[in-house]
Amino acid sequence: MTANNRPLSPHLQVYRLPLTGLISITHRITGVLLSIGLLLFVYLLFCIAAGESSYADMQALMASWFCRLVYWGFIFALFFHLCHGIRHLLWDIGETFAPETLNRYALYELIIAVVFTLIAFIIF
Amino acid sequence: MVNKVLIEKAAGVLLVKSAVGHWRYQRLTAVVLTPLTLWLLVFLHKALNASYAETLGWISSPVNTLAIIAWTVLVFYHAALGVQVVLEDYVSNIELRHKAILATNLVFLIFGLVALLSIIFILLVR
Repeated sequence: MTANNRPLSPHLQVYRLPLTGLISITHRITGVLLSIGLLLFVYLLFCIAAGESSYADMQALMASWFCRLVYWGFIFALFFHLCHGIRHLLWDIGETFAPETLNRYALYELIIAVVFTLIAFIIF
Repeated sequence: MVNKVLIEKAAGVLLVKSAVGHWRYQRLTAVVLTPLTLWLLVFLHKALNASYAETLGWISSPVNTLAIIAWTVLVFYHAALGVQVVLEDYVSNIELRHKAILATNLVFLIFGLVALLSIIFILLVR
């Protein structure tokens, strides 16, 4: 097998993905976005380390509507990635491969991610 | 002048040479990160809303310190492993792919270190 004849990942643009496919690519997209979001985590820690005035500046900046939107987007992406990540771990131990569970569990993941985000939003 | 070999070595620190090792570490970090999510959420909540003294107090409590340090170390490693797979799947040029993986690893390593040093600074100085 030559280097340019190797198997490819599924094409995303060619056909309409089923729910499981959408969830799968969303897992990757949220993973990449969360990785970028780690910058926010570093920024928070850095501002705490930098002292009380930088901490106050950081809190003021994070209170803006744009930052709050990014923040809650991060939280939702986190819960989604967590839910589908657990699904992957279940698959890894050989469970829940039955075809009729696929769409149902995909739906559960989405619902749980949304509910957890709402709960976090209400508590915090 | 920047030492090219040194940079490549640093970037290679997070690189797992075997596919089985990559698979295993990605799962291991995921399993440990799952419960630590709780600490992340509380930390984010404190950092964005609580007073400076309260946030410092929270981070300084031993269990929270341990959890946040563990989350930091594991999450940057988990992210590096994950982005590597994405790059392997979507960057078809082998040489470019390899460089992209090393570059992202280097970025994660640097930001992970900044985060860790910040935590240590908070604990020792603040």
